Amino acid sequence: MVEQVRKLLDKKLTDVAALEALRKSLQADKDASRTVISVCGGTGCRASGAEAVVAAFAEEIEKQELAAKIEFKETGCHGFCERGPVVVIGPKKIFYQRVQPEDVPEIIAETIVKGGVVKRLLYTDPATDEEITYEPDVPFYQRQTRLILGANGEIDPTSIDQYIAAGGYTALAKVLAGMKPEAIVKEITEAGLRGRGGGGFPTGRKWQSCRAAEGEVKYVLCNADEGDPGAYQDRSILEGNPHSVIEGMIIGAYAIGARQGYIYVRNEYPLAVEHARAALDQAVEYGLLGDNILGTDFSFRITINKGGGAFVCGESSALIASLEGKVGEPRAKYVHMSEKGLWERPSLLNNVKTWANVPLIINKGADWYSKIGTKGSKGTMIFSLVGKINNSGLVEVPFGITLREMIYDIGGGIPNGKKFKAVQTGGPSGGCIPEEFLDTPVDFDELTKLGSMMGSGGMIVMDEDNCMVDVARYFIEFLKGESCGKCTPCREGLAKLSEILNRITHGQGVPEDLELMADLGEVLHDGALCALGKSAANPVLSTLRYFKDEYLAHINEKKCPAGVCHELLTFSIDADKCTGCGVCARNCSTNAISGEKKQPHVINQGMCIKCGVCYDSCKFGAVIKV
Amino acid sequence: MDTELDFTALQAIFENNAAKVEGLIDSYADKKEQLISLLQDVQAEFNYIPQDVIVRISQKLELPLSQVFSVATFFQAFSLKPRGRHTITVCLGTACHVKGGQRLVDKMARDFNLQPGETTGDERFTLETANCLGCCALGPVVVVDGKYESQVNPEKLDKILKKYE
Amino acid sequence: MTKYWLSSEESVDVVEAEDANVVRFTVDDKDVMVSAGQTIYEALKRMPGIGDIPALCYHPAVRSYGACRLCTVEVSENGGQSFRFVASCLYPVKEGMVVRTNSEKVRKLRKGIIELLLARSPNTQVIKELAAAYGVEKPRFSLGDNDCILCGLCVRACQEIIGQSAISLVNRGIYKEVAAPFYAYELGEGCIGCGDCAFVCPTGAIRMGANGKPELPRVKIPYAEIGAMAGQAKTSEG
Repeated sequence: MVEQVRKLLDKKLTDVAALEALRKSLQADKDASRTVISVCGGTGCRASGAEAVVAAFAEEIEKQELAAKIEFKETGCHGFCERGPVVVIGPKKIFYQRVQPEDVPEIIAETIVKGGVVKRLLYTDPATDEEITYEPDVPFYQRQTRLILGANGEIDPTSIDQYIAAGGYTALAKVLAGMKPEAIVKEITEAGLRGRGGGGFPTGRKWQSCRAAEGEVKYVLCNADEGDPGAYQDRSILEGNPHSVIEGMIIGAYAIGARQGYIYVRNEYPLAVEHARAALDQAVEYGLLGDNILGTDFSFRITINKGGGAFVCGESSALIASLEGKVGEPRAKYVHMSEKGLWERPSLLNNVKTWANVPLIINKGADWYSKIGTKGSKGTMIFSLVGKINNSGLVEVPFGITLREMIYDIGGGIPNGKKFKAVQTGGPSGGCIPEEFLDTPVDFDELTKLGSMMGSGGMIVMDEDNCMVDVARYFIEFLKGESCGKCTPCREGLAKLSEILNRITHGQGVPEDLELMADLGEVLHDGALCALGKSAANPVLSTLRYFKDEYLAHINEKKCPAGVCHELLTFSIDADKCTGCGVCARNCSTNAISGEKKQPHVINQGMCIKCGVCYDSCKFGAVIKV
Repeated sequence: MDTELDFTALQAIFENNAAKVEGLIDSYADKKEQLISLLQDVQAEFNYIPQDVIVRISQKLELPLSQVFSVATFFQAFSLKPRGRHTITVCLGTACHVKGGQRLVDKMARDFNLQPGETTGDERFTLETANCLGCCALGPVVVVDGKYESQVNPEKLDKILKKYE
Repeated sequence: MTKYWLSSEESVDVVEAEDANVVRFTVDDKDVMVSAGQTIYEALKRMPGIGDIPALCYHPAVRSYGACRLCTVEVSENGGQSFRFVASCLYPVKEGMVVRTNSEKVRKLRKGIIELLLARSPNTQVIKELAAAYGVEKPRFSLGDNDCILCGLCVRACQEIIGQSAISLVNRGIYKEVAAPFYAYELGEGCIGCGDCAFVCPTGAIRMGANGKPELPRVKIPYAEIGAMAGQAKTSEG
């Protein structure tokens, strides 16, 4: 016990100078020419088998007795998730993708020992067929400005030493060495940072009202609920570089005078919770959290709270209700959270990405930061570029890049030669943007003008095989399931919208439905209590605005042009292509398909329930849906 | 089915569980506002939230029973009925949906007569849906007993499920 | 001297003076003067004929909740240049504000909300009367059959007036309902039979039964609304 206490005290950094001394000694240890193997251990790569790859490396490194000569680490998400498991070999940054455990001995033998390259593991650009060796040359990364995500590939998120060696907690040191709280707020304000969680509210202004609010006890909150389906940047940052968020929160707490902070992480992110918890413990050990941080009289603690599985808890007042042990019902915010928030006290709530930007701004200054981006949107934004796109993953770019550049230059365009149809931004509160606007610069205000919004950075690409009516239906179903049910417009309105959209996609739509949905949209926008309800109709309204012809096809002709809404399709078998293998008939749950072995089969339309299993299971493309 | 029930063994299980429950709730004695975290610990321990645990939480933490019950029913993470041996979570986030996630849910309905939120009669599987698990580039994503599977199609799902009895 | 209205008939002439406890604002083009610290709805309730605001989830005995949204009005805080919608039962009175309780936009929104309420509760007297008053005839949607409009007054009464919290709002979204713990049909010892819940209920959905305890409202959701994502299907009717 005494030994444990002694050990604890040993690690505590007594002042800013001690932190700098530690940093220098950690950096001196670093050998820039040393071989470094970084395996991505983010949840995405884990879903592709990264853990086995890590184990294989550990085993092989031991077998070859290389532990003393090389550095091996499991890092956070590198962002190019579609190509995982990702392995990067430094210092040159050889980029290996889709690595399997079986590849590991060859990587060690060829690359680590001999210094060569395993060609089959390299990334091949689908556009040029060129093999690319080094990470910075991969087009997906080349056009990015990875100010925030860059560190994910460099550091082991479970090591505070690596964060410090990479320059972490420099901003905190600068703040505690002599920046006044007012100066900090001024820096954030002049940098032009806007909330990255969805609202895009000027962060400096929020900090200022919290700072000015009355009350001894104030709270700093981190919204890591990341409910937008399709967005996972917050998860990546919290998993891959939790200290960047912690550092931001400590600086925020110092600026407004808070002594307690909370990170509210959604329940569905176990690895993020694990890494954040470990990071907090380490920060406490080092005296960067807790009482008398770095020897000053500033004390601050952070607790992690997990969500319970409710999208609405990403809304600030619902998040706070949840922190108070109540159901996640939002309340009217006529008195702002910055005046009366958690336990009726001034609360500063910001998103994970917003907090991660804070150390950057303090280190480099508002002048430097405000040069990046556009007039109304400063800095970089991290997007999750997913859906029907060749290079799928997390993309960090300065505001002002066009949608076309995002989708084609970085994203590599649409796979399988399909045609682009729309890009959905802003999650369920956002909208779908069609091809004619692809040259729009990505910026808070520009996206809003198009009837969508920035939201938390989800960017879902859709092609000719996606039905926009079905997309609207999907989002309304999602919101209906997530509505807290408190207010009439949202609870009842979403149920009715869902009913209408389900009718339309099942061939029972009528022309009056279009006006009905527009009316419901207005009731929701004007009458709903919170942002979930107010913006709930956006997916419908934006698809109505740009893809009305699809709605009309469903309603008037009972057809689904994209071939998605099953009730409106007819499945049949092309006798020329059918080999009579019988797989479709075996899979058909209503025995609607009949035919002799090796003879073309036939679908009995009267028995067909249009489930599409035959279409999915035919390997010869003989099932046609029209 | 045995006609002789081993009451001592059963008793031991009840007592063991009771002790676990008490210990769990005690650890939240001074932070009753973390009710949701406590319920998550209970869910993780027992695979659902038993009725008597809700009552015990209300008593020990001095929270109205109706409040604990409201919170237990509001959040998707909590189940008031026992779950199956294996929980299958199909992600229905936008990216996974766009790549065909719904087909996996439909397949579970066809093959196991299972709707989201339900458990098979033999208590083998519980089907849940999630509104985005954060692996959007690799959809459709399915999680079975905490293990993430990526780019799952109906055929692949068959193979995966065969491993789980 | 300024003329301030106390009701649709009465007004007074007042000499202007500084007073932090007083808030002066305009409602439907009439100047009014009220004590500070109230919500718009509370203030106007005391002035017969001034402002015309329906409300269902409001009761003076419990705190305001802002759920039914019927009390929504238009408010401007820049002298009438721009307006936004707020729930008057929650919005505090502010010096110089301009309030419109019956503009075309407000009435349109109210009609929309009533249409949704009527679709949920087509056989409930209070809702039918409200619909008639606003010219809402037949909802353009499928009909439910619920007397309970989830205003939450019964729950708040049990919590705030009596302190028993015998009932609460459970589940979420379209499955939300007033229930006793574990969806019990009958209330146990937590309920002391005071009758406050039935007293504050605006629609009579919750009534006192013969045994001295309230009969809880049964919720009936049209199947069409349950839809594809039925993962949250938990109701007291199973």
